[in-house]
Amino acid sequence: MSDPGGSAGHPSGDKRFKMLDAALRRQQYQSDALLEILHAAQELFGFLSDDVLTYVGRGLKLPLSRVYGVATFYNLFTLEPKGAHTCTVCLGTACYVKGAGDILQGLTEAHGVKAGGTTADGQVSVVVARCVGACGAAPAVVFDHQLTGQQTRAAVLERVKAWRSAP
Amino acid sequence: MNAEELQEIVERELARQETRRHRVAVCTAAGCLSLGSDRVKAALVRGVEEAQLADEVEVFGTGCLGLCEAGALVQVDSRQADGHVCRCLYEKVTEARAVELVRQHLAGGAPLPSGQLPLDDPFFARQHRVVLQGSGVRDPERLESCLAAGAYQSLQKALTELTPTDVIAEITASGLRGRGGGGYPTGLKWSTVHKASGPKKVVICNADEGDPGAFMDRSVLEGDPHRVLEGMAIAGYAVGAEQGFVYVRGEYPLAIDRLKVALKQAERLQLLGNRIFETGFNFRIDLRIGAGAFVCGEETALIASVEGRRGTPRPRPPYPAVSGLWGLPTLINNVETFANVAEVIRGGGAAFAAVGTERSKGTKVFALAGKIARTGLVEVPMGTTLREIVFDIGGGIPDGKAFKAAQTGGPSGGCIPAQHLDLPVDYESLVQVGSFMGSGGLIVMDETSCMVDVAAFFMEFCRDESCGKCVPCRAGTVQMHSLLQKLTHFEGSEADVAQLEELAELLKATSLCGLGQGAPNPVLSTLRYFRDEYLAHVREKRCPAGVCKGSAPAASAGAPAAEVSP
Ligand SMILES: Cc1cc2nc3c(=O)[nH]c(=O)nc-3n(C[C@H](O)[C@H](O)[C@H](O)COP(=O)(O)O)c2cc1C
Ligand code: SF4
Ligand code: SF4
Ligand code: FES
Ligand code: FES
Repeated sequence: MSDPGGSAGHPSGDKRFKMLDAALRRQQYQSDALLEILHAAQELFGFLSDDVLTYVGRGLKLPLSRVYGVATFYNLFTLEPKGAHTCTVCLGTACYVKGAGDILQGLTEAHGVKAGGTTADGQVSVVVARCVGACGAAPAVVFDHQLTGQQTRAAVLERVKAWRSAP
Repeated sequence: MNAEELQEIVERELARQETRRHRVAVCTAAGCLSLGSDRVKAALVRGVEEAQLADEVEVFGTGCLGLCEAGALVQVDSRQADGHVCRCLYEKVTEARAVELVRQHLAGGAPLPSGQLPLDDPFFARQHRVVLQGSGVRDPERLESCLAAGAYQSLQKALTELTPTDVIAEITASGLRGRGGGGYPTGLKWSTVHKASGPKKVVICNADEGDPGAFMDRSVLEGDPHRVLEGMAIAGYAVGAEQGFVYVRGEYPLAIDRLKVALKQAERLQLLGNRIFETGFNFRIDLRIGAGAFVCGEETALIASVEGRRGTPRPRPPYPAVSGLWGLPTLINNVETFANVAEVIRGGGAAFAAVGTERSKGTKVFALAGKIARTGLVEVPMGTTLREIVFDIGGGIPDGKAFKAAQTGGPSGGCIPAQHLDLPVDYESLVQVGSFMGSGGLIVMDETSCMVDVAAFFMEFCRDESCGKCVPCRAGTVQMHSLLQKLTHFEGSEADVAQLEELAELLKATSLCGLGQGAPNPVLSTLRYFRDEYLAHVREKRCPAGVCKGSAPAASAGAPAAEVSP
């Protein structure tokens, strides 16, 4: 099963656990760095599996319940694997007033995916955010890590379609 | 670093800037970046190199230039033969336009004939920039550029000329109040932490900015991080703390990057760290990254989150000023509050207090968004009327539509109707009309927005973001939201409206923290000013704005048939 020591790597030999170890070491295994470590883990693995949460708990000497409680409290942490791409639609007030709801509806109609879901082919996850801070250029959509302003329903659908038909 | 060394860096940088004929500032804050300003900047740099103008032209990134919706914005300051500096502000710059700009303006000396914004427009002319004064001047990624524009001079003054008590006296005299929403007097807060006993104290900068529609804090962090760090260090000196934290939301990756860079630069020159300005004062600052929970902006929840726990609020007292992070006396202020500090110390409390109203001093940055011609960031003296902000500065409502309401204060705020447009905007007057300053998000709605729908939108937000610790908020927001949904689906009755009002009072009175206490505000304020809209949904089963398309068959002739679902 899992490895007993927090910093001795992972039996699977997955290199990403070594990088997680480095993050733990940088934080000197301080338990109040739990959020920082979870951020680092999610950056490495894309989501927080039970395995990763257990590993983090051991490293910081925290019970799994505490780690799990924190991981589920915050919106940015996800316990499910995500699609190859992420389309984050801002549903903050400014974007909502400028028609972000219509963009979301378009995604459901054209690609059969709802907020929080992933397209059937596993290519694109649709996420909803509460203000990404580009309200001046609303409505805003984040394509993977790229923040893009003044979006239209057609432009977003086009972008998602391109992702899905890429080889 | 001591005063002379700082002066030397400043003079070297100013001399370097003098040798440049053109200084080209590209807005690299979030709004413009989302419209491609990073590619524009790269094109300008490339163009300048190819034209072999690198000795004459400086291209740099800078903070929000204000009119985000016309991005990508590029500001060119050209030094004339007589030493006079001439400024052009280009809007909607693309990579192709950048190439043109290099060829004509930078190489040829003739500004482009089109695509410029008039700088005497009220949008620019009516502003009074304190917090945003570094935007367009400072390159947030180059410390020298910030130093030349005055960064850390107030810290030096505080450490070498003033005692901690003097600093607090200036802040008190300035009348500065917290910009995080509540408007608590900053001097009073600092003096409470100063007086609190304990060998160790902590300063925290609240950079959670959870209000949807607000982006002031983000712009300051991205455009001028050193201004915030300087304010925190001055606060640390005043209250007797050696450790600071910036708690910044995870949704702001660029602000996080820029803060990291700024911290490293400041530490390298010992503007932060040990024996700052060769005095006995030590102060270090660490970053803490949030992970998407609106309630973490509440100060006790924020403290729990910095400690690596679930961000749930706890009852106050004890206030953080007495017992905060790890039980230590803790000073928590908002980003914009800290960003005002250097100015107070530079010019003195009295000069700062000369701007603003009787009880609200200084300026306030507003994020204008929604149905308004010029969306963006504006900084105006407290007490500027809503009409001036929306119509003179913001250019009014586009497409010939009528103004309906301005929403301030986010999910704890309210909607201000047209009859109050001449209201001078300050902490007290907003509360008087049933709204709230909040962090400064100002969302304008026109006749196509439905107030019941807007209330439902905010209630859904509060329902989703309730931490669930106390029953009134956890269960009450769910109930209020479902009642509002009944209304937007034309399934509500007048009894539902009455129940909504009852629940609103209950939540206000019995919730543990500001989230639950404030959640009913959008409902109460829309009921106060737009009750007829609620009643139209209930009695006539129609939405006057045409937003709600209920599933129930429209009984009244007022509802256009095309909008009735089968
Ligand atoms: C639900 C809730 C969310 C809040 N969010 C923020 C926020 O995002 N940023 C902020 O500065 N203050 C926020 N506050 C206010 C803080 O609790 C606190 O009053 C403020 O940071 C104090 O700083 P100031 O005195 O400089 O305003 C929030 C309060 C509540 C109740
Ligand atoms: S009642 Fe709700 S908050 Fe309490 S333990 Fe159960 S699920 Fe959690
Ligand atoms: S009012 Fe809401 S957010 Fe605040 S403590 Fe209670 S449940 Fe949590
Ligand atoms: S509301 Fe969408 S970016 Fe702010
Ligand atoms: S982000 Fe460029 S002007 Fe505001």
